[in-house]
Amino acid sequence: MLSKFFYHYASPQHFYPLAGRLWPWFALGAAGLGLWGLWLGFFVAPTDFQQGEGYRIIFVHVPVSWMSMIIYLAMAFWALLGLTLNTRLSGMMCRALAPTGAICAFLSLWTGALWGKPMWGTWWVWDARLTSELILFFLYLGYIALTNAIEDPRRADKAGGILALVGALNVPVIYFSVKWWNTLHQGASVSLSRGSSMEQTMLTAMLVMALAFWLYTIAMALYRVRGIILHRERDAKWVRTLPDVAMVTNGGTK
Amino acid sequence: MIWESASAFWAMGGYGLYVWGSFGMTALVMIGEAWWAKHAQRQAIRQLQTTAALDAAATNEWA
Repeated sequence: MLSKFFYHYASPQHFYPLAGRLWPWFALGAAGLGLWGLWLGFFVAPTDFQQGEGYRIIFVHVPVSWMSMIIYLAMAFWALLGLTLNTRLSGMMCRALAPTGAICAFLSLWTGALWGKPMWGTWWVWDARLTSELILFFLYLGYIALTNAIEDPRRADKAGGILALVGALNVPVIYFSVKWWNTLHQGASVSLSRGSSMEQTMLTAMLVMALAFWLYTIAMALYRVRGIILHRERDAKWVRTLPDVAMVTNGGTK
Repeated sequence: MIWESASAFWAMGGYGLYVWGSFGMTALVMIGEAWWAKHAQRQAIRQLQTTAALDAAATNEWA
């Protein structure tokens, strides 16, 4: 039953309308949670005893940093699926995720620099955490450049998929860098094994913002994959008969 | 409310530039991404419509 469901929606023809129906809900959820998270982060969470109001950067810095890693892992997942099972949709999902991943990695570096300046006295250090995040940003750019440079979409997906898989090795390096090396970047404030060292409302605000970014990412990927499907399947009959496209076609024949 | 005034809110205890620089850039980039995605989608559909119209015109000519 479940596998039937997956096989059905693994075909671009069936996934296109599903993605079209789903993305507005994810976008709506992202907007709602984002507003709630901002409210909690700016009007409920107290001032930090060490960093004053400057710590509030955490409400965007941590979520985008998490997403930059999660999106790359998601791309590696789709790449693995595409390379092993040869499913057509996998490569398209991979490519739909990459721009949002690159943006999250960029924002992680940007907000990190703006946080580092007042707290550490420097915009940037060649610290293990910062450097591995920079490498992640370059991996995203490399993936986008590589897949755009190869004309044949199947070959582009394969080459990009290998880059996504190999590059995924960098993600645990980022995550554990604060443990493995003596870094200027602080250790994890939230950890699966130790729980959280943050004040409750601060933690709630951060998690709500993280969830908002998660839903935003899904909404963007679902939205973007539709354009990719249309482009790749442009010669397929089902694309021609789509309500979005068909207006002109019907006028032309008889 | 934890802020004494609107100006205290915008000043962020002296960290205004850093805090608003972070949130502002995030908002800017997200709006840009959404706009760009919408533009790409519209372009994909327009391209399909153009080829469909050309095909239809070609069939009519031959008929």
